Amino acid sequence: MNLSFFYHFGRYLMFLRSMLYRPEKMNVFFQRLFDEMTKIGIGSLPIVAITSLFIGAVTTVQTAYQLVSGLISKTVIGTIVSDSTMLELGPTITCLVLSGKVGAHISSEIGNMRISEQIDALEVMGINAPGYLALPKILAGVVMIPILNIIAITLSIYGGYMAGELSGILTHEQFVVGAQSTFKGFTLFFSMIKAFTFAFIITSVSSYQGYFTKGGALEVGESSTKAVVYSSVLILFFDYLLAELLL
Amino acid sequence: MIELRNVNKSFDDKQVLFDINAEFLSGKNNLIIGASGGGKSVMMKCMVGLERPESGHIEFDKRDMLSLDEQELREVRREIGMLFQGTALFDSLTIEQNIEFPLRMFSKMNAAERRDRVNFCLKRVNLENINKKFPSEISGGMKKRVGIARAIALDIKYLFCDEPNSGLDPITSRLIDALIDEITKEYGITNIINSHDMKTVFDIGDHILFMYKGAKRWEGSRQDLSHAQKEIKELDEFIKASYFH
Repeated sequence: MNLSFFYHFGRYLMFLRSMLYRPEKMNVFFQRLFDEMTKIGIGSLPIVAITSLFIGAVTTVQTAYQLVSGLISKTVIGTIVSDSTMLELGPTITCLVLSGKVGAHISSEIGNMRISEQIDALEVMGINAPGYLALPKILAGVVMIPILNIIAITLSIYGGYMAGELSGILTHEQFVVGAQSTFKGFTLFFSMIKAFTFAFIITSVSSYQGYFTKGGALEVGESSTKAVVYSSVLILFFDYLLAELLL
Repeated sequence: MIELRNVNKSFDDKQVLFDINAEFLSGKNNLIIGASGGGKSVMMKCMVGLERPESGHIEFDKRDMLSLDEQELREVRREIGMLFQGTALFDSLTIEQNIEFPLRMFSKMNAAERRDRVNFCLKRVNLENINKKFPSEISGGMKKRVGIARAIALDIKYLFCDEPNSGLDPITSRLIDALIDEITKEYGITNIINSHDMKTVFDIGDHILFMYKGAKRWEGSRQDLSHAQKEIKELDEFIKASYFH
């Protein structure tokens, strides 16, 4: 770890702090927030749906493949699919996918505005540029990504159930009994905490990378790559940290 | 009037502005000229608050920009319009929305009043019927004019133009110069133009400041320029390097 880490971490915190001003016009702010929620929420729904359905299906098939002992009830497959989906696959895989889709988009959008002097234009007009550009994206992310997580969990469990039914691995009753047998409300709560944390990481890190882009088109690409890489690494780190602290 | 006193600016260990003292007058075209790397753009960025000098004072009608807090600074900035070298139009917004943007953010106008003001500003810069186009759909000269229209949408007191003619053909350049001159005189704006273009200097320059290697080398009127040219070697070289003489 060298000094540049502390430089970037300090600048990242100052960037977040600079957003904490009252927006110049509340109706413009809410319009932007709504637009960003639509972009992040509706725009990410197809990729989240496809990823979740297949992850659930694959988990069912692979769990069945590993259950070689006839002494273990097949309801265990339902338990493993639902628990692993809620605890790990739903929030973590969804957010890793979203770090690529949403993170890269945020970073390149803001980075392009930086290199084409659009952010300078906002500042010269007397507009708080981080508050105007990044804050609606961060708030939209922390609202919409947990909702996407719920959708991902639902579809993943459904995908697991469908794969089990269609391939004859287990019956409807076996899956449902297994899924319900160990369900705890806290598991879902923990999943939402993770989704909320990861959402903040994706949107804030990507906004930071875009906002401090210097140079031209090449550097915008580099910022987007950094946004995805740093977000992904931080998601994995906080995934472990939250598990250690809360489980 | 904008006044600079003892302004110094460095990037890391490299000093780029050396003890600048200057006055930019209201209702005049104040031109900053000089070779690339001479400190013109940094000086302009310091004036509009995009860069902060290490020392000195920058006063907008006696308000010292460097001693204002963030909120007060934003208030002063609302009196500033800026035409950027690359126009800096918001590419996700239409021309109409670009010009309407400062009105939406800072005025109490309703939608109909804003629309009227947008149309007035577009007409003022000799553009019509492009309201619904995006910046990518219009020419470079039209973008500059839209940039001017956006800059004057609010009642500004100060206009900054960074290389207003860069990338434009000579005919369009003269149209832009004439437009900037008209607007400056009409509204009594303090106008500051960064330029390499000696034709601009001789056509519309009221007050000229020559920068050389980060320092002010000469300041005076257009009429004094030919006399100063004989005395200041760097100014002479700069003028002779342009096509004009």
